[in-house]
Formats: sequence, structure tokens, C-alpha cells
Amino acid sequence: MRIPHIILVPNMSKLEKTQSGRKLLYGLTAIFDSPEKLVHAAETVVKEGYKDYDAYSPYPIHGLDTAMKLKRSMIGVVTLVVGLTGGTLLVLFTWWTNSIDYPLFIGGKPLFSWPSYVPLTFEMTVLFGAVSTVTALLVVWLGLPRNSHPLQDTEFMKKVSDDKFGLAIEAKDANFDERQTKYLLEKLGAVEVDPVYYEARELTLKETVLDPKFIGAIVVVAVAVSGATYFGFNKMLLMRPWSSLNEQAKVLPETKSEFYPDGFAMRPPVKGTVARGEMPYRYASNIPGAEKYMKNPILPTKRVMLVGQRDFNIYCSPCHGYFAEGDSRLQGQFPVPPSLHIDSLVTAPDGLYYEVITNGFQGVMPSYARQIPRDERWAIIWYIRALQKAQNPGEVAEAK
Amino acid sequence: MSEVSYGEVIDYTKAPPLVEGNPTLSKIDESIAKPMEKFPSRKYFMALSVTLTMLLIGAVALGYTFYYGIGMWGNNIPVGWAFDITNFVFWIGIGHAGTLISAVLFLFRQRWRTGIARFAEAMTIFAVMCAGLFPLIHLGRPWYAAFVFPLPTQHGVWINWNSPLIWDVFAVSTYFTVSLMFWYIGLIPDLATMRDRTTNKFKKMIYSVLSMGWRFSNKHWQHYEKVYVILAGLATPLVLSVHSIVSFDFAVSILPGWHTTIFPPYFVAGAIFSGFGMVMTALIIVRKVFNLEYIITADHLDKMAKVTLVVSMMVAYAYVLEPFIAWYSGDPVDWFLVLMRATGHYAFGFWVMVSCNVFIPQLLWFRKIRRNIGVLFVISLLINVGMWLERYIIIVTSLYRDFLPSSWHIYVPTLTDFGILIGSFGLFFTLVLLFARTLPVISMSEVKGVTEGAHPSHHLGAEHE
Ligand code: HEC
Repeated sequence: MRIPHIILVPNMSKLEKTQSGRKLLYGLTAIFDSPEKLVHAAETVVKEGYKDYDAYSPYPIHGLDTAMKLKRSMIGVVTLVVGLTGGTLLVLFTWWTNSIDYPLFIGGKPLFSWPSYVPLTFEMTVLFGAVSTVTALLVVWLGLPRNSHPLQDTEFMKKVSDDKFGLAIEAKDANFDERQTKYLLEKLGAVEVDPVYYEARELTLKETVLDPKFIGAIVVVAVAVSGATYFGFNKMLLMRPWSSLNEQAKVLPETKSEFYPDGFAMRPPVKGTVARGEMPYRYASNIPGAEKYMKNPILPTKRVMLVGQRDFNIYCSPCHGYFAEGDSRLQGQFPVPPSLHIDSLVTAPDGLYYEVITNGFQGVMPSYARQIPRDERWAIIWYIRALQKAQNPGEVAEAK
Repeated sequence: MSEVSYGEVIDYTKAPPLVEGNPTLSKIDESIAKPMEKFPSRKYFMALSVTLTMLLIGAVALGYTFYYGIGMWGNNIPVGWAFDITNFVFWIGIGHAGTLISAVLFLFRQRWRTGIARFAEAMTIFAVMCAGLFPLIHLGRPWYAAFVFPLPTQHGVWINWNSPLIWDVFAVSTYFTVSLMFWYIGLIPDLATMRDRTTNKFKKMIYSVLSMGWRFSNKHWQHYEKVYVILAGLATPLVLSVHSIVSFDFAVSILPGWHTTIFPPYFVAGAIFSGFGMVMTALIIVRKVFNLEYIITADHLDKMAKVTLVVSMMVAYAYVLEPFIAWYSGDPVDWFLVLMRATGHYAFGFWVMVSCNVFIPQLLWFRKIRRNIGVLFVISLLINVGMWLERYIIIVTSLYRDFLPSSWHIYVPTLTDFGILIGSFGLFFTLVLLFARTLPVISMSEVKGVTEGAHPSHHLGAEHE
């Protein structure tokens, strides 16, 4: 005989309602007024061979388990297995996230520095163990929540939940016989023995989980929660005061400053400010002879030569050609510069090149002062010198 | 039930009864259920209006904080952690006594815990709720709090598992979950009793849903008791781990005054100490307001006072060891900090802290004082003050003088800071009062189990599992 699960709260007084419907016998309940009598009764009932019975008491009574010959509770296995699983999962997860998926280097420690993970492994073991044990107890071991049990809301239940001790023998037990069982219970010292009935209707009740109302309620809750989440993250956070991260007192690119009369947010530097890595050019543009007073301040190391080569190829080669031979790639769309290998330029001091790069030349070659930092200009000059030597090997021999 | 009469002669070979006056089982139900069944007295509403006012002050202060930002607080650089983290550590500590009473004393089979365990557990939960609030509001923009959890985001980066702050998040949330379940499991039988007692239809529905159809069946009790032991066994190391991890927030950094290995045990002892102080404060009020003097007896308070005295001396040991290590290490910065604590800007707070936590609890050596409820109440309040100050001193004095003299800065709390602190007390006591009115403050089923004659005599002594 299967008694259906009904999660909702049942009617308050079952017996009254059953008057009209068909009543089915659940079993006999007996009330005792002391724990000793209950333990004794349980012992006897077991001896008589009853199986479908249970003892009820307002608090757990010592010795009742042995009297009822109950097997040891094995629920601890759940704690152990799920707890250890939780700890293991944590270790695997932390290892994967911080060492594999997005490696995080912290304080020069190895990627998987296990001492850091000990506290969390412990916490997760406890969390998984506790949650699983409680859930398993309530749902699997005790079959709760269940407010539809025939004993629910009976006078019997009211007494055992207060100060009496009860025993119930179910009608489905093989040994059950209403008259004999009642006699046995009375002989054991029960103060009251009562039959408990339930409605036949309850056997045919459908599972409430599939009730359209219940499903409807779940859908409503789901829509409400997701709607609120959407609103929260996409709308609410953009309103005041949550929007304080977005609404800051700053001038965004391409907008006018309300504060400065000239409308610029960026202030011009104080007069005479020298940028890092820069030296102002000492001479007014195109003072003849100034070149004689400038010397190349950096040494022709390999790195300097490479920088010079790079910059020359970028900035100078379009007009002057890769080897400074004046073979412009501009196809005559721009005045073609002379070769830098002519004698007057080979013998010209470095200062002249510097002057030309900085200020341009005769209004035809533009100034490169904005594009090329000071040191790189000198590097280009080293590179031009190297090109010149490469084009006039005789001089190299001479230099040796 | 066997009637035991003591007569005139007191039997000193026997421990005093856990429940005074040997009441009948239904008398126990009646007096525990009374606050829930009767319309509350004027005293109750007066208390509630005070706590709600405090809560409101807190709400206003929080509103200010969220609207204008945490600039409303006194925090500065270098004192970036001040009232907020002080309150966090304080409230977490309060919670620990609840677990200690309900789980650790349960494992040690200290049956005197039954009268106070439920209340202490509830306090744990409320205290952890208050505590959890502070790291949240400390963010300034609490709606971004979800980033403390390992969520996959488009940035691709995960949280840093090496950070004690992350351990903290997991420890505190685990602690809250486990405490809540422990509390709820204990409540189920009592909720079922309330379900069967009440005549109000609405209340009946609520109690029925919450008690899930518990039937007091012995086949259920058997597994239930096993689970209770397991949960107690899990909660005991958990409670030690939680405050150790809270202390890692400090000890794992390299700041003088924080970077010490004594911090984990020191914090755990401090937590238990402050928690016992708070449990005593609240219990003394509750037993008076709801006339539960014969269930929460002077013996209970006496025993709690003894535990308090023991932990007070552990705390004292830590206080002595800190300067010793600073001196012994020969680190001038550490030693400077010790001097700053005792003589600097916060010296007054420091000495109040030492008096409240070390000197005043020494009075508990005397039995007369342990049994004088009024004096005990005052001492318990002073312990609360002292322990709050302890966290304040640890946090603020270490920060306001760090390695670089150029970054030294005094911290002065603002009105908003105090508002939030008051608000957290308001929240805590409002929850306590609502709890006392809606749920059984004392475990009915457990108290029934420790009355005289609750168990068949020939089975007595044989504790079953
Ligand atoms: C836009 C094309 C163009 C680029 C780019 C260019 N130059 Fe020139 N350069 C010229 C022209 C044209 C002349 C010849 C101007 C004249 O003779 O009136 C010239 C002349 C020169 C001279 C000879 C000055 C003299 O005294 O005769 C030097 C040296 C020189 N350039 C160096 C450079 C260097 C170094 C770069 C790279 C930073 C460079 N140029 C980039 C077009 C360019």
C-alpha cells in the first residue's frame, strides 16, 4: 500500500473529513506515559515479530535503538564520500584556473603552490560534507518534506510531540490483527489505544510537482528573477548613484572643457619645459657654421647602428634611397635629393646632418624634429657615415 | 516519570540538576513556547523600538555611504581598513561562541549546554550576517561583490586563490551555511511541536512547512542524532579555521603588528572570549525578559564565566607574547609599533582594551561574582567593549604608522562610521528579538531529554550514539 507524497499542508482534522469518504485503516497507535514502558513495549513488539511499527517520543530515548534492534545509521558514509569529493574538486578547480586557463604569477611562487590551497580545500570538504549530509538525511533517509503522513495532525501526534511516548503498528504488517494487536498494546501498559484512518482519496492524488499551478508559479518566479537581474545589471547600474563610475568629473576625448576659457582640457606645458629624452636645439634655424660646434654625443655600438638603420629606412629612404644614393622611390613627384656620397657631404661635419634633420633643408626637405628624438637623429648619422664608408671602400683602407 | 524529592539535605555527590525545579515535560513546552504564543509585553515593544531606531540610524549612514561613496568615512591612506574591518572581525568573533557552545560542548558531552545552545547558535547566525555586511560595504560599490567568486568573465582572468581575502570569502560563507543548517536541523523537532501546539491557522501552516512533517519517529531520531554528531564534528574544526583565516588577512601581510605567527590562535581565543561575553549579555537579558530563570540557571552563567576566565588568560598570553617577540626579534620597526600602541595616539584605547580583557575578567575567580547576575552583566558588557577595541587597535595602530614616516596619518572616525556601527548592533538585536518571539529560544526536545527521569534508569550511563 503506497501512501502518496503531498508536499502541501494537509487539512487540519483528517478524521472529520473522512466521514463522507471511504476510510482506510493506517494502523493502531498506543500512548504510554513513561519512557521505560515505551522501551519495554518496543522490545516486546519486536519479539512478537512485528516489522512495520515505530516508536515515537518527544526526544530521543537512550536504549530505544537497541530495544528496536535498529541497525547502525550509515549516513556518515555520505559525509565522507561527498566531503572528500568536494575537497578534490576544489584542488582541481583552483589548479586549472590559476595554472592552466589563465596562469597567475604571484610573488614568484610556483603556479601551483599547494600551501595556499590548504585552507580552501578544508572549507570545501566541510561545506560539501555538511550540505550533502543534511540533504541526504532529510530527503533520502527521512523522506521529508512530507506533510501527508496519516499520523500527521492526529491526537496521537499532538501527544508525542509534547510529553507522551507512543508506539504505532501499521495495518500492512503481516502479523497485524486489529483485535489482537490492540490487546497486546493494552497489556503492555498503554494508556490509550486508537485506530488511525486516512482517506482513500489520498491514494489517488497526483504528484503535486506536476500541478499546472505549481509549474506556473515556478515560471512566474523565473521570469521575475531574470527580469530583475536584467534590469539590475543593464539599467539600474547606469542610474544614479550606481553610475558614479561612469559619471566622473573628467573631459572625454573630442569634447570641450567647460572649465578652461580656451576650451582645452589638456594644459600647455609651462614655458621652457623640456620633455624627457629631449634637448632643445641650441641654435636658431639655419645659422651658417653652427654645425662646427656640434659633435655626435653617442657611440656607434651595434644597437645604435641598428636603430640608425631602422630609422633611416623609415624616414629618409623614401627620398634618399636605401643606400643614400638619391634614388627616390617617389617617382619624381618630389624634388629628387642629391646623393649623400658626394665629397662635400662626406667631408661635412656631423653637425650639418643634425642641423638638416632638425630644421629641414632649403625649404625642400622637411624638418624631422617632431618625428625623430634627439638620440635617434645621431644614430641615423652614424648609419649614414657607415653607408658612406661602404660606398667608398678606399677610405676604409685609408683609415686602417 | 520518577518523582525525585531532594528534601532538606542537598546531595553533593550529584551534579546539580540541569533544569531547576524538576518541571513536567509539558511545563517545559509551555514556558518555552510562551513568548511565541502570548501577545508580547510592553517591555518587548520598548526594546524593539530601541533596536529598530538603531537599525534606522545604520540604514541612513549606509545610504550616505552608498550615495556619496566611502569618502564619508574617516578612512585614509595608509589607514584603509578601519571601522569596517574592525566591525567585521568583531562580529565574526561573536559568532564563534555560538558554535563553540553548540558543537564543541556537544562533542565533549557537556549537557549543561542544552539550555543555551539554541540561543547561542541563533546568535552565531545573526552575528555572521552582521559581519558579512562589512566587507560588502567596504567595497564602496557592493553591487560588484560577485567578483569575489570564481565567475567566468570576458576578461578571462580568475580570482587569485593565493589571496587570504578569497579564503576569507569561502570560510565565512561556509561557516554561515553550516551554522544555518546546524541550527535548522536542531529546530525541526521543536517546529513540529509548535505545529501541534498552535491553534492559529496561519502559524500552523508556517510551522508545518518549516518542520517538513517531522514525526518524532524513533527510526528518524536514530539518523537525526547521528547527523547531529557529524555536523558538530564538522563545525568544530570549521570554527577554528574561520577565525584563523580571518587572522591570515593580517598575518600573511608584512605589516609590523600584523605579521606574526601567533595571530591564528590569538584570534580564535579572542573570538571565543568576545563571543562568550556577548552570549552572556544577551542571555541575561532574555532570561529576565521571558522569565526563563529555571532553564537558563545561575549554574549555566557560572560555567560560562569560568570558560570566559580561561580564554581571557589565553588572550592575556597573546598580549604578553606580542611585545616579547617584537623585542626578541630585534626588529626596530616592530618594537617601535609596540611603543606606539602603548604610548601613541591610540594609547587610551589600548589601555582600556587591556583592562577590559585581562584585568577585569580576573574578578571571575570569585564564585560570589560569578553568581552575581548584575556584576556578571557589567563584566560581560566590558568584555564586549574591550574586544571591539582590540580589533580596532590591531588594525588602526598597525596602519597609521607603517614603514615610511612620510605616509603616516592619524585616523579619526566620522559620524557615518559610528552610524554604521550602531546600525550593526541594531540589526543584531532586532534579529535576536524577532527570533525570541517567533522561534523557540531554547531547544524543547533537548531540554526534555536532560530532565530527571527522561531516560529509562537501567540504560542510564550508557550513552548511545
Ligand atoms: C621628402 C623627401 C626627403 C626626405 C624624407 C628626406 N630628405 Fe634629405 N633631402 C631631400 C631633398 C629634396 C634634398 C635636397 C634639397 C636641395 O638640394 O635643395 C635633401 C637634402 C639632404 C641633405 C643634403 C643637405 C646639403 O647640405 O646638401 C642631407 C644631409 C639630407 N637631405 C639628409 C636627410 C636625412 C638624414 C633624412 C632622414 C631623416 C632625410 N634627408 C630625409 C628630401 C628628403
